[in-house]
Amino acid sequence: MAIAFPKPVGPVPDRLPRRVGVGFKPEHFEAIMAGAGEVGFFEVHAEAYMGDGGPPHRRLEAIRARYPLSLHGVGLSIGAPRPLDREHLQRLAALIGRYQPSQFSEHLAWSSHDEGFLADLLPLPYDQETLGAVCDHIDETQERLGCRMLLENPSTYVEFTESEIPETEFLAEIARRTGCGLLLDVNNVFVGATNHRFDPFAYLAAFPMAHVGEIHLAGYADAEDDLGAPLLIDAHNSPVRADVWALYDTAIRRLGPTPTLVEWDNDVPAWPILAAEARRAEAAMSRALSSGVLRNAV
Amino acid sequence: MPFEATIDAFARAVCDPTLPAPPATRPRDGRPVERRFAVYRNNVAVALIGALEARYPVIRRLVGDDFFRGMAGAYVAGEKPRTPALMHYGANFAAFVARFPPAQELAYLADVARLENAWVEAYHAAEAECLRLDALAGVAPEALEALRFAPHPAARLLRFDHPAASIWAANQTGGDAHAPAVWQGEEALITRPEAEVAVRILPAGGFAFAESLFAGATLGEASTLCAGEGVDPGAHLVGLISAGALKNLAL
Repeated sequence: MAIAFPKPVGPVPDRLPRRVGVGFKPEHFEAIMAGAGEVGFFEVHAEAYMGDGGPPHRRLEAIRARYPLSLHGVGLSIGAPRPLDREHLQRLAALIGRYQPSQFSEHLAWSSHDEGFLADLLPLPYDQETLGAVCDHIDETQERLGCRMLLENPSTYVEFTESEIPETEFLAEIARRTGCGLLLDVNNVFVGATNHRFDPFAYLAAFPMAHVGEIHLAGYADAEDDLGAPLLIDAHNSPVRADVWALYDTAIRRLGPTPTLVEWDNDVPAWPILAAEARRAEAAMSRALSSGVLRNAV
Repeated sequence: MPFEATIDAFARAVCDPTLPAPPATRPRDGRPVERRFAVYRNNVAVALIGALEARYPVIRRLVGDDFFRGMAGAYVAGEKPRTPALMHYGANFAAFVARFPPAQELAYLADVARLENAWVEAYHAAEAECLRLDALAGVAPEALEALRFAPHPAARLLRFDHPAASIWAANQTGGDAHAPAVWQGEEALITRPEAEVAVRILPAGGFAFAESLFAGATLGEASTLCAGEGVDPGAHLVGLISAGALKNLAL
């Protein structure tokens, strides 16, 4: 009698390389295929590949055949009080089954409500009730997708008076309870630190680095709040800023080599500019590592 | 405040610009946060209006950026995406455009919007092998009449009161677009046999023929249906197959 051998569940055939990747944009496809400018991996927004077929899937198949892939969700609404959208989880599971990404990540945020999908990463208060809800959603996601996911720290513009737990502790407790990893977005750290007037280096010092599986870098935009104080927007529309590079340097010295993504989603530049930004990040990672080694040697 | 009530209030304030920032986000020291909260409102509007701009580039070109943003903003205010897969968002924009009072003088806009929506649907439609002409070669002549076909998943048939396909085509290039020389209704076929979406204006009788074949009629039935219009059903069939509008079947 034939034994029904269980099929492997979930992705993770390989891990993301400890190099710099970029967000894949269709307008760069030809240049990438022509081999102009190597990067370590590509990351895509899962929701952009939820059509049945056509050019998006054809391009992603070609990218996946040549590069490691990171699947980054922007619509699961993990931080909402409502149950997760089972159909959306099913769509994510189908994408993971099809493309076998090295990694799946999502956000500590919510985006869906009675009105529908609001197409933004919206904030939540941090207390015991919300902690429990988020952990339940991550448990469900990891179980349904059959893999360990990474959860990303958000950019925020307002804070909730009812929050009782610092964000770094909130994330640490989520990782402890669910076993998920964390995606450390250092641009989000700087945006939040400026907007809410805390020290971004103190935030990094408190961040549960043992759980970090990836770093995000991006550019922010400058605005002003009601009182004329700086209000930074997580715009992903420009090069990484000097103050964010400084945070990256600090993070890499603590983490060692870590998969790092340059996000540039709006006012997308020509491929050579994005590839150069990735090389800049590779150089920053090397510099941080070599100076870290020196310091440790002394 | 319980989690759910906090998020409900936040979502209401994001969707209704006449509301102040939700109470849970207002600092106890009374510091105003309206501009901070407005970032979220702006993000939602920019993302959703941007999705419509990407889906309806010709409508945007026809009415101009400001008019389009106003019209899209009015649509977004009343209709949020039902799923995070934004490639489905704005599928019913044509019906909104047809009713949008400031657009009433541009009666052809809704037809062009239907075409642009069908283009996007074709772009994202499932892959399937197309029926090839040589598949017909092995069919005995007497068996042709009884053949049935199935549409390729990307194939879309559209009937317009206005020359929407000509207007659309004239706006695909960078130069000045001219109004069609003859202002009359058009029938169009959209296909995507491989990676490229193609739009064709159908000859007389082509729409009725294709519509009946897509609905499962036999070749004989579809031919009878369009015979009175003085056209050649054989040429229509060859045209549909060449365009990649039919799915491969064992004939």
